[in-house]
Amino acid sequence: MKTINLTESTDWNFIEEVKKESGQDPSLCYQCGNCTAGCPYSNFFDYPVSQVMRLIQTGQKETILTSKAIWLCATCETCTTRCPCEIDVAHIMDVLRIMARRENKVSEKDIKTFYDSFLDSIKKFGRLYEVGTLISYNLRSGHLFTDSDLGPKVLAHNKIHFLPKKIRGSEKVAKIFERYQESLKKHG
Amino acid sequence: MANKRYAYYSGCSLEGTAVEYDKSVRLIFDALGVDYIEPEDWSCCGSTPAHTIDHVFAAALAARNLSIIEKMGLDTVAVPCPACLMAFKKAQYFMEKDETFKEKVNELLDEKYNCGVYAKSTLQVLYEDVGLDEITKRVTHVIPDMKVAPYYGCITNRPPKLAQFDDPENPISMDKILSAIGIEVCDFAFKVECCGAAFGVPKKDMVNRLSAKVISMAIEAGANCIAVACPLCQQNLDLRQEQINKTTGSNFNIPVLYFTQIMGLAYGYSPKELGLDKLIVSADNFVHSRLTKEQHELLKQEQEKGKKKEVKKQETQEEENP
Repeated sequence: MKTINLTESTDWNFIEEVKKESGQDPSLCYQCGNCTAGCPYSNFFDYPVSQVMRLIQTGQKETILTSKAIWLCATCETCTTRCPCEIDVAHIMDVLRIMARRENKVSEKDIKTFYDSFLDSIKKFGRLYEVGTLISYNLRSGHLFTDSDLGPKVLAHNKIHFLPKKIRGSEKVAKIFERYQESLKKHG
Repeated sequence: MANKRYAYYSGCSLEGTAVEYDKSVRLIFDALGVDYIEPEDWSCCGSTPAHTIDHVFAAALAARNLSIIEKMGLDTVAVPCPACLMAFKKAQYFMEKDETFKEKVNELLDEKYNCGVYAKSTLQVLYEDVGLDEITKRVTHVIPDMKVAPYYGCITNRPPKLAQFDDPENPISMDKILSAIGIEVCDFAFKVECCGAAFGVPKKDMVNRLSAKVISMAIEAGANCIAVACPLCQQNLDLRQEQINKTTGSNFNIPVLYFTQIMGLAYGYSPKELGLDKLIVSADNFVHSRLTKEQHELLKQEQEKGKKKEVKKQETQEEENP
């Protein structure tokens, strides 16, 4: 087990940042483990969700923001639903992902690439273009044949559109992306 | 019910891989007299990817749609996809709670949103607004062989603070709807367990393993089909079922239908109308065994006559050989 020197490694600012951005109080967590017991992803996480909560309490910014756990969380809301202290744990996981992106510390590159491909489709067309998102993901991630086994199935059942449907207001949607980028520059 | 008009936000999946969900929801709404209209030029709700970027940004993508609906003069939107539903509910929750958050969201939008639209799942509209009595009245057909595991998925009813509908751990609305149309419902322990959600593309193995648990629990509960209310659950359990078999060494072959497709079967719609041809694991056996209520009644009577004859035969035999 890894030993952490709390005197040296506690990042007090990080604790405050998580509190402020999530509107939640992680110090309420008394490590009952209910979240971890219910979390369908515990088997796949490097740090189970109750440990993520403990790492926040002890200000272990680097460990958390570079963890796989925050990216493998699917926001299924089991933790939030079952927390006896009514902490919105899933929302905190969301805030941690946002912070990891901001600090360029994303450990699960494929998941981020998939999300980015998805959002690019929205920015371009206003709605999700499933085929385009998959192709874009495969090219960007280098996993060229991801889900190629599903191709014949969706084709045989006529389940996909080859061409994107661009909505009339796609520019308005693109503007949401642009204004958001501008607001980042303004507010830092 | 008669005066209420809903906005119907189908969402992106229902135009693509989940087109049969859209078809069947519209048919069921029409059959039950739900008055709905699609918001013009709606856009993606932002789904899971948007809230890994920023919460204001995510809320803006959702609120663009809510704002369109608000301008149409409607106050309720019916949403078949739980991811869209949750995107709307989260946007609404944070905008109502926090004035600064609301201002920031509106700064990103062309048309301001004033928080006047309530999002409800299609399941909630059918269960609460239409009601079980009306749902039962419209039934024309019986599917005697169907034993269904009602699978709600993770965020149809959770977190309870936002969902405001049914029970977060043991929801019963879909169970009751299916029972109301005469379907046998299994006691299913994995009603709200996560199938792997949006990770199918980047983390196939993980999703396959989680979905395998859901399917095996359904089979253990005695089900011969699974009913879903989420396009992502359907995709993970049906489209990826062969992948699941490869990844986990299982041998599943269980149909996964939208609950609205099952309702459509009980209402006598054709497989084509309900988009049953879109399912990867065929549900045709339920179409073949489907009977009209009258046929089913006759069959039951005949079976009872047969039983009585059997009993009489046994009685005479016993009399002859005491």
